[in-house]
Amino acid sequence: MISLSGRDILHSWGKFVFTGLGLGLLIGVTLSMAGIYRGMIDDAMVLLDNSGADLWVVQQDTLGPYAESSTVHDDVYRSIQGMEGVARAVNVTYLTMQVRHGERDVRSMVVGVVPGGPGEPGQPSFLIAGRHLTRGHYEAVADVKSRFRLGDRIRIRRDEYTVVGLTRRMVSSGGDPMIFISLKDAQDAQFLKDNDFILRERRRAASQAEGRSVAAADLVRTSNSNVNAVLVRLSPGHDPQTVARTIQRWTRLQVFTRAQMEQIMMVKVIATSSRQIGMFLVILSIVSAAIVAFIIYTLTMGKIREIAVLKLIGAKDKTIAGMILQQALGLGVIGFVVGKIAATLWAPIFPKYVLLLPGDAARGFVVIMVICAASSVMAIHAALKVDPAEAIGG
Amino acid sequence: MNRVFSVKTLILLILVFAVVAGFVFVLLRSGPLAPIPVTVITVEDKSLAPALFGIGTVEARFTHKIGPTVAGRVRDVAVHVGDMVRAGQVVGEMDPVDLDDRLAAQDAAVSRAASSVRAAEAQAREAQARAVYARAQARRFEELARTGAVSQDSLEARRQERDVAESGLNAARSAVTTARHDMERLRSEGRGLSEQRDTVRLYTPIDGLVIRREAEPGTTVVAGQSVIEIIDPTQLWVHTRFDQLRTEGLRAGLPARVVVRSRAGEELAGSVARVEPVADAVTEELLAKVVFDVRPEPLPALGELAEVTVDLPSLPSAPTIPMACVRRVGERLGVWVVEEGALRFAPVVLGAGDLDGLVQVRDGLAAGQQVVAYSKSQLSATSRISIVDQLSGAPQ
Repeated sequence: MISLSGRDILHSWGKFVFTGLGLGLLIGVTLSMAGIYRGMIDDAMVLLDNSGADLWVVQQDTLGPYAESSTVHDDVYRSIQGMEGVARAVNVTYLTMQVRHGERDVRSMVVGVVPGGPGEPGQPSFLIAGRHLTRGHYEAVADVKSRFRLGDRIRIRRDEYTVVGLTRRMVSSGGDPMIFISLKDAQDAQFLKDNDFILRERRRAASQAEGRSVAAADLVRTSNSNVNAVLVRLSPGHDPQTVARTIQRWTRLQVFTRAQMEQIMMVKVIATSSRQIGMFLVILSIVSAAIVAFIIYTLTMGKIREIAVLKLIGAKDKTIAGMILQQALGLGVIGFVVGKIAATLWAPIFPKYVLLLPGDAARGFVVIMVICAASSVMAIHAALKVDPAEAIGG
Repeated sequence: MNRVFSVKTLILLILVFAVVAGFVFVLLRSGPLAPIPVTVITVEDKSLAPALFGIGTVEARFTHKIGPTVAGRVRDVAVHVGDMVRAGQVVGEMDPVDLDDRLAAQDAAVSRAASSVRAAEAQAREAQARAVYARAQARRFEELARTGAVSQDSLEARRQERDVAESGLNAARSAVTTARHDMERLRSEGRGLSEQRDTVRLYTPIDGLVIRREAEPGTTVVAGQSVIEIIDPTQLWVHTRFDQLRTEGLRAGLPARVVVRSRAGEELAGSVARVEPVADAVTEELLAKVVFDVRPEPLPALGELAEVTVDLPSLPSAPTIPMACVRRVGERLGVWVVEEGALRFAPVVLGAGDLDGLVQVRDGLAAGQQVVAYSKSQLSATSRISIVDQLSGAPQ
């Protein structure tokens, strides 16, 4: 038994293969879109993972520190540190801002951490080059996405920092690279006013109250005893909920567990963007289906005379339908393979992280097969309807 | 026809093969099947020279605030900010108001007292002459009375004259003493006044540098308010703050390197003068004073920011790894040891580290072992790894 579809493909393989390639690129875009969506979720989760915390202590009635701004005093951690079930509590600040390097501005999330070894909450968990922060000031560990190099001098507000280490996949929920600096520097960067502000404040204070002026203005300058959140790591065997309740009760601050934080990230931070991408995904699927249907239909119509001949010589409907279905599925397979290759090859070029999960690829394959089968229905219908007489007629 | 067909098939087969090969390559290079590129280092026995890093401000060790001891008006300020002054130099003067007149009055009073002394002395000499004559008379009459030449009555009269003259002499002598004491008192008062006259002049107690001129001629200042501020430029130090997390081993006498902000490329040698007994509880920092070994030229501005690196004594040799190797897995800190191409997590106990990110391992590793330095993503015990020289995408 010879394969009818195989013979036909071999007959006009150029057309078939290039159609498959075209379809493949479209499928590649669809897979990339799914990858971008996964990447977005991964960015949000990686932010939580990287903080290395079990609990987040933030300002009362806020969704901080990622979804909403939050400010707590930097001595709060001391009272939390002493509580039952808390292994480590450290201060942390997050600030999304432009970091200058020469003439270039990089939008990044500046994270203020207490300099310490790896594994401390808030610290980058692994490096791909360089070292961790060892000095208490003026050193930075940057994500490789910022395109900074080791030894680069970067400018954050009024101070210059030296890049001493590089990390990978340390990004904010928006995909901005993180830059880790010491907590005290970050507090200065976040809460310290600029020189002009201080100067104006001094003048204003001086004009308002002779004598006791400058001290009051300088108080503004030095009042940077705030942080955005306290990261808490639990001792083994303690229930996050219970410890969170205790902290919430005695410090009068908001405490989130990992599960709640994930919920916040998914629902509040990336919900709209992910819906947007979901929409694109649906549209792309419909467009792909339409294109496959159209291609199969055109291919079938192109050999309608041959089909009529087949019918004339007594081929069964099942054989003809099978041939068209096999061609549609074959097109789908070529498209999927090409798409997967294309998506994997161009994924690293995207500005945001594209995460291609094997599970997504498998699901995508099934969906493509279903779409191809469904879109061949119209062509099969047209082929079966053809009159064998056409084979002889004009 | 047949030949064309086979060529066609060949091209098709090649194409199919290329696509399938590409697909397999893609599957193996991305996703969970792909090996993770890592770089490895060999643990070495090394001696570390740990150091502490802190920032501080340049301050003067001694600041002399020179001002008047009594309230008054400033008459003259002789020096300007930036001037060098010598110990004992007059740097300013207060308005003496009536002090000069009082001094003149005092001088006059002293002269008068001197005259009084002279008058009293003359009177004393007169009384003396009288007393000598009266004594002689009395002696003569006693001898005459023994022979009965004069009456007892005359003798009594002479004796009484002698006693009166002697009392007069005593009185005159006391008057001289009184007049002398008076003069002494007036002289002392005069000296006091001129001392007071001196205090309206402002002297500098040290060789130093004028850093502040807080009052101009004509300004009224109260007692204790400073007019001129002078520092000892040879006695500058850096008030340094160190993060408490890493201050183990900080003590007086350790060598230090100071970089002031305006001269970022220049390292000035210094040493820790003392570690303050009181730490800053709010900023959680230890405070220390770092003195310069040689006086920096030109002098850094007071209040200027300085970066201080204190060198701690070298540690004995021990297995040393870069801190970047250390990962946390669960609750344990450790490193990924590479053994025959496979990964094994080795928990370690860390010792002291230095500012270059090297850390000594007290327990868990031995020299010669290979450990993962950098990896492209998080590792686990089942991760497939491929050892590379340098991670791609990690610009050096």
